[in-house]
Order: sequence, then structure tokens, then C-alpha cells
Amino acid sequence: MMEQTDNLIKLSNGQVLSKETIDGDIATINFGPTHPATHGIFQNILTVDGEKILTSVQTVGYIHRAFEKLAERRPYNQITPITDRLNYCSSPINNLGWHMTVEKLLQVEVPKRVQYMRVIIMELARIADHLICDSIIGVDTGALTSFFYPFSEREKIYELYEEMCGARLTTNIGRIGGFDKDFTPVFHQKLKEFLKTFPKAFEEWNGMLERNRIFMDRTKGAGPISAERALAYGFTGPNLRAAGVDYDVRVMHPYSSYEDFDFTIPVGVNGDTYDRFMVRQEEIRQSLRIIHQAYNNLPEGPFHADIPEFFLPEKKDVYNNMEALIYHFKIVMGESDVPVGEVFHSVEGGNGELGYYLISDGGRAPYRLQFRRPCFIYYQAYPEMISGANISDAVITLSSINVIAGELDA
Amino acid sequence: MTNNTLLDALQVQLGSKIITSEVLYDTLVIEISPAEAFGVIELLKNDADLSFNFLTLIGAVHYPEEKGRELCVVYHMHSWKNAIRLRIKCYLSQENPSIKSLTPLFDGANWQERETFDFFGVNFEGHPNMTRILNMDEMDYHPMLKQYHLEDGTREDKDDRFFGR
Repeated sequence: MMEQTDNLIKLSNGQVLSKETIDGDIATINFGPTHPATHGIFQNILTVDGEKILTSVQTVGYIHRAFEKLAERRPYNQITPITDRLNYCSSPINNLGWHMTVEKLLQVEVPKRVQYMRVIIMELARIADHLICDSIIGVDTGALTSFFYPFSEREKIYELYEEMCGARLTTNIGRIGGFDKDFTPVFHQKLKEFLKTFPKAFEEWNGMLERNRIFMDRTKGAGPISAERALAYGFTGPNLRAAGVDYDVRVMHPYSSYEDFDFTIPVGVNGDTYDRFMVRQEEIRQSLRIIHQAYNNLPEGPFHADIPEFFLPEKKDVYNNMEALIYHFKIVMGESDVPVGEVFHSVEGGNGELGYYLISDGGRAPYRLQFRRPCFIYYQAYPEMISGANISDAVITLSSINVIAGELDA
Repeated sequence: MTNNTLLDALQVQLGSKIITSEVLYDTLVIEISPAEAFGVIELLKNDADLSFNFLTLIGAVHYPEEKGRELCVVYHMHSWKNAIRLRIKCYLSQENPSIKSLTPLFDGANWQERETFDFFGVNFEGHPNMTRILNMDEMDYHPMLKQYHLEDGTREDKDDRFFGR
């Protein structure tokens, strides 16, 4: 990794150091790809001077699955399961963002009830995403309890997904045009229960970390990034807001009726690990506020748009009605007509702006589909964030920027 | 700011550098020549009124039918001041797919350009490390080009020609 001459050391990034500035011995450490502290398949080859990190070289692509190439051969409704596997901590956001992209291409207006239902599901997903990320910062600072406490609450969110779509992690939730069914009585009951018990459990867990002296000492000043640098690197989501920039897609380009809800965008000051933690904690509270508003004002109406070419008919109609049978066949075989055009749509994902750039040539599959994967874009700032820090700070910085291997490698 | 006022402002700033312009769904799309791309994006970024401060995405599209302009590099720009997006397209030929790198303007362009190189073979001049990123270094082709099919064309167990595929 490095060349040494008599008095100079050349590092892998081209930087040349004089031997006088080195305190200990220079060593190369392989941090990852399957290190318990990386929480995913990430490799960082660190050049360290004693405990201090000098440079880091990242390797990505270990779980690359060619999603963009796959999408060029699949009908539109079969692309939803691919989006599950991007940020798998908040798959419903990816699924619903994809449905909204296709609806934008088809120029379909979905009913107000569907938009509110989507908001509820997406905010639940955001809570689940932030619960994982923030509890893992606890683990990496040595507090394993803080990882297990929110598990029971996350379980309740997964049960809600399960009630709506039958799956827990890779949800494939909803359909193009709406949902496959309305909220069920069990869903209503479980959601009410969750809204009642979650705030207390959340504040109890939050109390373990937020003003904890050990936690604060470990996270304050770890892996900071300034607003200016974060913008240059294309940061979005909680990581950018922790650096003090109040950019949120839900506010700047409201989709799915987000303009109807009253919520605030928390921002940090220093852009360090503690600020990222605090921003996510506050976003969980704001997501709860949004869910309350959406659920209490849930409009009456159909749970899907009237687009028979894309929304599967009821099974009893398929057996008794010719049109329904034809549409059923066309949808299942992926033969629905799609207009020629290109759209870009983005949603506020769990860890940043998740975008879909879709080009249709009128064929059964997209001509080109590109995902804007937020963590692929901001993970390149990681060497800069940990340069000069201790190895233990590199660990908590990695967990606090919420890099998800599935999304990073597509 | 609407797409129409944005186009008017761009025409004042860029004039004949805009080869074509159209509004696709909700976004203004302009085509400029690859040689102008860097200068135009720098101008849009630094202009106080337009202020396209954020590079959302860089990608490419392959159109094998269009001779001389097979590869299209797409820049998605976003002006937070005006809350408006702009898509800039530059067409390159397959023989010499080369365009100036945006890394001096946006550090975030680094990996996105490497990804575009990896999948389409677009060479970004002046990039500090123009190597593959997601695929293995030994790979000898750029897999997102349309001539490389997703599945092996010689397989016979997956015959679905009845459905027009």
C-alpha cells in the first residue's frame, strides 16, 4: 500500500509524509469486507499510524446484482421486488417511490386515500430505518442493550407490513395505482396499538442514549463533515441535515400529499455522529406526528386508481367477466401498453434522496432505469470524514451515516 | 420559477449553446454539445440567480441505432434556490466517448462518473481515478451497453417467443 524511502513515506492516495510526523509505526489494516463492526459488506483498507487513521481506500461492489440491467428485461410491476433490495431497512419507501414513478409516466392521479395510506406506510418505514441505524450506533459505542430495546417496537412495524403485504423485510408492498387491499381491521387495530405504545417505549430508549455521558463523549466530534463539504459530496437526507442544511424532498417537491401535513425538519450543527443521531431521533418523532395526522384524517374512497391496464382485477371478476380476464392476462404477462417518455421522480428515503430515472420506449420493460442511490453518492466522503480519527471513531462514523450494502452496490 | 421562465433565463445565459430543449413531464431537458458541458454546468452552478448548486445524478443511456451519437450522458441538476430541476444531455459517439469530468466542481461526481465508465465505457477526462467501481477490474466489456444481453441467447429452456419477447 505504501512506498518508503529514507525519510519519506508515500501513501496509497498519493500523499507524502515525512517520517518525523509519524508517532508510531505505519500499518495497513483491512477493515472489512466481513468485519462484525461494518454491518454489511464494506471494505476499507486503512493506513494507520498507531491508532490514528492516515488514509482509507474503499472497495465497493461485493454484492452488485446488476439491478439496472435486470430492470431492462422486466415488466414494470416485476421491478418492484428489485427495489426492495436496495435499502432493505426501509423497503416500502423504495416500493412506493417506484409506483409513484410509473404513475407519473402513465399520468395517473391516485385517490387521496391511497396517498394518505402511502404516507402512513412510508413514515412507518422511516421509523424502522432510523430505529436500526440509531440503535447500531449504540452497539458500536458499547451499549448492546440499546440495540435490543427498540427491537420489539420494530417488530410491531414489521407486523404492520406483514398485515398489508404478507412480507416483513422485502415487502413488495402496494401496486401501481394504489394498494392490493384496503387497511384491514387487524391493521387498524395494530396501528392504533403501535401509536399508543410507541412514544413511551421510544422515549425510554432515547433516554438511555441521548444525555448519556459515555455515549456523548464517544459520538460528539466523531466523523464530522461541514455543510459545504457535504453539499459538494452530494449528501442528502439525515446526514446532510445533521450538517445544518434543511433540504428535504418531502418539503421541496411534495409528493403523495406531504404538503397536507404539518411537520418540522430537524437540523444539526456540527455534522458529527451525535448530530446525525439526534436528527434521526427527532425525525422519528416527526414521522409519528405525520402518521397521526394522516391516520386521523384518512379520507374515504377507493384504495386504488382506476387503471385496469395496470391494477389487477378482483379474482371473482377474472372468472366471470371477459374484460377482467383480458386485463388479468395482460398484467400478469407484462403486456400492458406504456407511453413513450422519460421521467425522474425522487422520494425522501430513509437515508437520503432516492431517485428513479425511467426512460420508456413504449416496450414491455423500461429502456433504461437508473436509481439514484443516496448512500452510493455520500459514502465516497467516508475517507475524508475519518481521516485523522481513531479506528473506533471510524466504526461509529460508518454506522452513523447509514450506509446500506444493498443500496450501495445495487 | 417555472420551466418556461427557466428556459428564457437559460437562453439569455447560454444562447446558441442550447442545441435542443423540451419539457418532458415536469422537467426541462436541454441538449448541449459535450465540449460545452463542463463550462455550462460551471456557469449554472455559479450564477447567482439560476444557482444550480446540487448535482443530483450522473448517468448514461445507450442508443445503438443513432449513429455518431450512440451514448448519451445525462446530468440531473437541481437548483434549491428556485426548487427546480434541469436535465442536461450530451451525446457522444461510440468511437470516442469522451467528456470532461465534473470532479473539479462536485466531489460527488467522482464515483458516479466511475460507475458510468464501468457500465457504459464513457471516459471522463481529468478524472482522478478512472477505474471500474462495481464490477471486477478484470472485466473486458461495459455491461450496460445494449449489445450485451442479460441472458445467454443460446439457452433453449427459456423459450418465450409466443409472447413477443
